[in-house]
Amino acid sequence: MNILYNSFEELARLAGEQGTAISDVVLADQAAQMEEPPEALLARMDADLTVMQEAAEKGLDPALRSASGLSGGSAARVDQYVERTGGICGPRFGRSLAVALAVSECNAAMGRIVATPTAGSCGILPGAVLPLLEEGRFSREQVGKSLFTAGGLGMVIANKAYLAGAQGGCQAECGSASAMAAAVLTELWGGSPGQCAHAAAIALKCLLGLACDPVAGLVEVPCVKRNASGLANALCAAQLALAGVASAVPCDEVIEAMRAVGDAMPCALRETAQGGLAATPTGIQWKKRLFQ
Amino acid sequence: MNVFDIIGPVMIGPSSSHTAGACRIGRVARHILDDVPAAARISLCGSFAETGRGHGTDRALAAGILDMNSDDDRLPHSLELAEKAGVAIRFDTMDLPGAHPNTAVVRLTGRRGGTCSVRASSVGGGNIRVDEVNGLPVSFTGQYNTLIILHTDEAGAIANVSGYIAGQGVNIATFACTREVKGGDSIMTVEIDGVLTDGQLAHMRTLPAIHNVIQVKRI
Repeated sequence: MNILYNSFEELARLAGEQGTAISDVVLADQAAQMEEPPEALLARMDADLTVMQEAAEKGLDPALRSASGLSGGSAARVDQYVERTGGICGPRFGRSLAVALAVSECNAAMGRIVATPTAGSCGILPGAVLPLLEEGRFSREQVGKSLFTAGGLGMVIANKAYLAGAQGGCQAECGSASAMAAAVLTELWGGSPGQCAHAAAIALKCLLGLACDPVAGLVEVPCVKRNASGLANALCAAQLALAGVASAVPCDEVIEAMRAVGDAMPCALRETAQGGLAATPTGIQWKKRLFQ
Repeated sequence: MNVFDIIGPVMIGPSSSHTAGACRIGRVARHILDDVPAAARISLCGSFAETGRGHGTDRALAAGILDMNSDDDRLPHSLELAEKAGVAIRFDTMDLPGAHPNTAVVRLTGRRGGTCSVRASSVGGGNIRVDEVNGLPVSFTGQYNTLIILHTDEAGAIANVSGYIAGQGVNIATFACTREVKGGDSIMTVEIDGVLTDGQLAHMRTLPAIHNVIQVKRI
């Protein structure tokens, strides 16, 4: 039977019953629905992983700048700082932040990225998994397969709520990406399917209500830095869930709450660049400088 | 929707709607023209007009007109490439009251002298909706191979078309038909799971009441 992707808890339950990971359930279902062998889907995901790595490399160039000049170079700064000092939360966390910034800055500079789930939030998932790959902590095969858990969750969010900032604010983009990364990290580090659902719920609820308020309407300020904070939020949620902390509100209900919050958001906070940071004196000044 | 709509698409940044979607709009127009373009006039509306330059919307549209995919590394350099290829591209802005905020009108002239006009909007996540072809209202996404069939509104026109497509073993995924007035010019928009050959399209053009059939390949 085809999975309808209207409940992440259902995916976790199926995985639990079958004694597998959520990614295995999603992979098997998608292979059936797309009428392709699982190996072909894994190969395609591996190619996406390569695009993420290339984007991170490009984004770490200290000289990289976007056309507007609003972003670029911060990934290299963080990476160099962490390399020099070890970072205040250790090298892995520092490198994860640098990768999230790098992929997002590559996007802003018209580089090639994988939208996960959107271009505006494309740094969070690579920030979560690429450093683990670099360390050799998990194999390329393990990481590639784990991304099917992210895809499964993203489809549930798309069906029950939305993934576009224009519809639901930044909570729909960076919030969803953060939840996807939290679920993937929890699975990779040996969490149960149920713990993956709790991680996703915790990550998403901690970003509920986040406005989409891009300065001058560009996917740069604050988007690039929200990729870093969305990644940090995912690491936090995964760590909590792996330790056995449960979300008091179950994952599916948090997704429904995200939708309700997004529906209640004024238009000015949904990617129209009319509210929030975009409407600050500095935000307005940037817009004038860029477009007049 | 499948897993690669979430982990994907692979695209040139920075914006799925302002860059990837814009590229697909240009590409649909190119496919409808069905020729190498010689000239293009592109009108940007709403948010495309306001923030398009910062998002590379102009470059993305030009890339699409040059038949590039939205993940093509050459996309950021498309305006220079168009100039080298001898494609004259002009941009302007226009007001279209009531239109989707991310709308573009693309008018193309081909090397063989043919022209086409396409109005389409970028509706999020790199997805697009084509709203008008050569002045006639349509509605399709470019996610399927799509047939645009100009015909006279008369009994049997639709049955002839659907019967012929069925006879070729091709499944119709979605179907829409609009007409100006009873018995007047009409347009069918048919999204199909398979693809029709040039020979099959030529045969369809000979069916009663059918004036022209354009196949827009999935992009």
